[in-house]
Amino acid sequence: MLRFVVRRLLQMLGVLLVLSFLVFVWLRSLPGGPVSALLGERQTEARRQALEQALGLDQPLPVQYVRFMQRAFSGDFGVSTQVLPGEDALDIFLTRLPATLELSFFALVIAIALGIPLGYVAARRKGTPLDTATVIFSLVGVAVPVFFTAFLLKYFFAVEWNLLPVSGRQSIGLDATRVTGLFVLDGILTREWDAAWDALKHLVLPSLALATIPFAVVFRITRASVLDVMDEDYVRTAEAKGLTARVIRGRHVLRNAMLPVVTTVGLQVGALLSGAVLTETVFSWRGVGQALAEGFLQKDYPVLQVLIMAAAAIYVLVNLLVDITYALIDPRIRTR
Amino acid sequence: MSRKRSVAAWTTAVLAAAALAGCAESDRDDDGSGGGGGDDGTFVFGAAGAPEMFDPFYATDGETFRITRQMFEGLLGIEPGSAEVVPELATEWESNEEGTEWTFTLRDDVTFHDGEPFNAEAVCYNFERMFDQNDAGQTAGEYWGYVMGAFSNDAENSLYQGCEATGEFEAVISTSGPTSGFPTMLTLESLSMQSPKALEEGDANGIAAEGEGFSFPAYADAPVGTGPFTFGEYDEANGSITLTRNDDYWGETAQVSEIVFRVIPDESTRRQELEAGSINGYDLPNPVDWAGLEEDGNSVEVRDPFNILYLGLNPEANPQLEDLRVRQAIYHALNREQLVQTQLPEGAAVATQFMPDTVSGYNTELEPYPYDPDEAKRLLAEAGAEGMTLNFAYPTEVSRPYMPDPQKIYEALRTDLEAVGINVKVSTASWNGGYLDNVSGEPGKYDAYILGWTGDYDSAYNFIGTFFGNLKDNDFGTDVMPWGKQLADDLKAADAIVDEDERGAAWEEINRQIMEEYLPGLPISHSPPALVVGPGVEGVIPSPLTAEEFDTVAVGGE
Repeated sequence: MLRFVVRRLLQMLGVLLVLSFLVFVWLRSLPGGPVSALLGERQTEARRQALEQALGLDQPLPVQYVRFMQRAFSGDFGVSTQVLPGEDALDIFLTRLPATLELSFFALVIAIALGIPLGYVAARRKGTPLDTATVIFSLVGVAVPVFFTAFLLKYFFAVEWNLLPVSGRQSIGLDATRVTGLFVLDGILTREWDAAWDALKHLVLPSLALATIPFAVVFRITRASVLDVMDEDYVRTAEAKGLTARVIRGRHVLRNAMLPVVTTVGLQVGALLSGAVLTETVFSWRGVGQALAEGFLQKDYPVLQVLIMAAAAIYVLVNLLVDITYALIDPRIRTR
Repeated sequence: MSRKRSVAAWTTAVLAAAALAGCAESDRDDDGSGGGGGDDGTFVFGAAGAPEMFDPFYATDGETFRITRQMFEGLLGIEPGSAEVVPELATEWESNEEGTEWTFTLRDDVTFHDGEPFNAEAVCYNFERMFDQNDAGQTAGEYWGYVMGAFSNDAENSLYQGCEATGEFEAVISTSGPTSGFPTMLTLESLSMQSPKALEEGDANGIAAEGEGFSFPAYADAPVGTGPFTFGEYDEANGSITLTRNDDYWGETAQVSEIVFRVIPDESTRRQELEAGSINGYDLPNPVDWAGLEEDGNSVEVRDPFNILYLGLNPEANPQLEDLRVRQAIYHALNREQLVQTQLPEGAAVATQFMPDTVSGYNTELEPYPYDPDEAKRLLAEAGAEGMTLNFAYPTEVSRPYMPDPQKIYEALRTDLEAVGINVKVSTASWNGGYLDNVSGEPGKYDAYILGWTGDYDSAYNFIGTFFGNLKDNDFGTDVMPWGKQLADDLKAADAIVDEDERGAAWEEINRQIMEEYLPGLPISHSPPALVVGPGVEGVIPSPLTAEEFDTVAVGGE
């Protein structure tokens, strides 16, 4: 098992190394760059060249990449040029990460809390209007762009009914103690209940908007999986044995149907990260996604490089965890 | 998992959480209410972006300047609501006859936020600090480089030549020669006065190049000025910047106790925040929203235009554009009146020259080129350019005060050009994704492009000098035109005239020549950018330079 994990970790390093080169070349191959963002209308050929020289952007790409890797191996990924000028790009990622983790976690909780029961109910009532309605609901959730869902949620819950905040992570003037950067958890840990409640209220709308993506997947996988399992022989056997419907549903159907759902949930991390870019932007949520959007708009190469690499690392790691879980369940995988 | 193992796992988790909770301690004040606005309330402003840092000397963007402007002051200020230069930290100033030595009489009742006195020594310390930058500082100190030309390592090419404290409250600044920009440029936020002690202690000049960016010294996060507000905190995780009222301010103290800038990148979210009452205002509302915002009880504060939108023409990319008749034909083809009415905000005006009428040197006698498609066709025929093709570009992913929606402006212009038989080949690129590179490259890549400029301060040279003053490196390719050098020389000569009236007359004459004899590009319009404040907010004075000071703002009930 250890050999399996080590091998996969080494593979992961290889993937990240190749990716670092691709991202590096790709970003710098795009037209424009940080100099345009810095100079704006003030840009002239001479000023552009001077600034490119000062930032080392006039060097050939391979030279730039070697310099970048030399610094990266000593833990220096460069400083931001625009998102937060002068701030270490890795620090920006670490500062922003808790916000994205908090948002993604709650979105996932909502998606699971709604997706599994609804998927199960839809499967049990297959072909009924309830089934059709929930399937359509899940499709609409995933088909409507997140920014539009977000706009509607904000319009009704925040502007019209004034129930929840429009955007941001914490109310202005609330002096909350920060511990982990996960604001709800911080409020609980420090027993500043008003801060926890305030953070939770700020979380509701963005996590609902973001949850529409994993919800649809969780719902549909649950529904399909429950339908499959209900046709299995062992369910028929259980029924023949005279077990109660409750036992059959809980022990034989739902538990077995959950295996693919659990796997799917793990793989939703990528979808959540990409969904966070839009969600965080429209909810002024100071997370990794918003930094990524700002970075792209402003061509902040160091920040983009770190954020894309980090997102890839997280994705690869989660996949590794899923594989390890598989390997634990199925010994054949370890030997492949 | 068995029931027993499950219980054990839960117990471990709860104990771990309890241990973590034990480590965490509330840092809060006893009342738990935290920050708050004090007696006179908090003005919460929705900012479109985060500030770069807080040392205005290295800052370049409007979002940063909006914040630093509340904390810092320059020797010279701007009359609220206009572009007029007025005394600020200096009460009077005069120059020698040659315009090379400027004597500033300073206020004697000013202290920096850290209690340090403001005096002539502080002024000279500031100028020497700005002048004496390392390589990284010279690149990052963009505004100084832009207006002064050089730093201490290239002193002979610098406009700034030195500063001497000739009395406790009298400083003399020497320049290499007269220029219309001095001393008006001292209104620039970047050239604000900062506490010498804080600059020293925070190693303010310790900027360093690191990879592709710059790392800034500690001072950039702890700025100390003389203004009506002092720096509070930057809550990066929540995207808010808090400034606190300076109760020891030398002038009238601010109306509100605190200003909070909340970073809200998405414009529709800023509007929703305003509607929900959680912010008190934001900048640059979309012109299509102005009426709706007013109907909802908000106040849209429209600034006088201090910008220009133009159609740039580049004869280096398309030699047919070297013919004056072709450029005139294009100008006659454009229905700018209609464009202004349909695509630009209320209050926008058709431009007659490359600067708005709020700038000294504006020529009031120039008339707009009439919209005349027949004349356009005739001129094209005369020049043998019927059916010419124009590679015409507009930028994407951008909105500027002078062009809220570049694509719509482009569409309107394209339709007009095609109506007189010009074939338009469209080119687009995103603002930071190559558009500016293609426009400003030598040679530029587009035949025609839309671009504009918002003035930095009241100076004709800041407009037309920026466009045509640098013969070898300008977006209009004037170096291939027979009059290009003459225009650049005339601009420099006018800029060096000491007498204001004489200089004003020279600007007016150059504006006439540009429009009637040269026509290097086609001025389109001036647009008034606006900002919006919610109900109960009073005292906002919209500034043509978008340089609003919030010390006059009061936040009351409806």
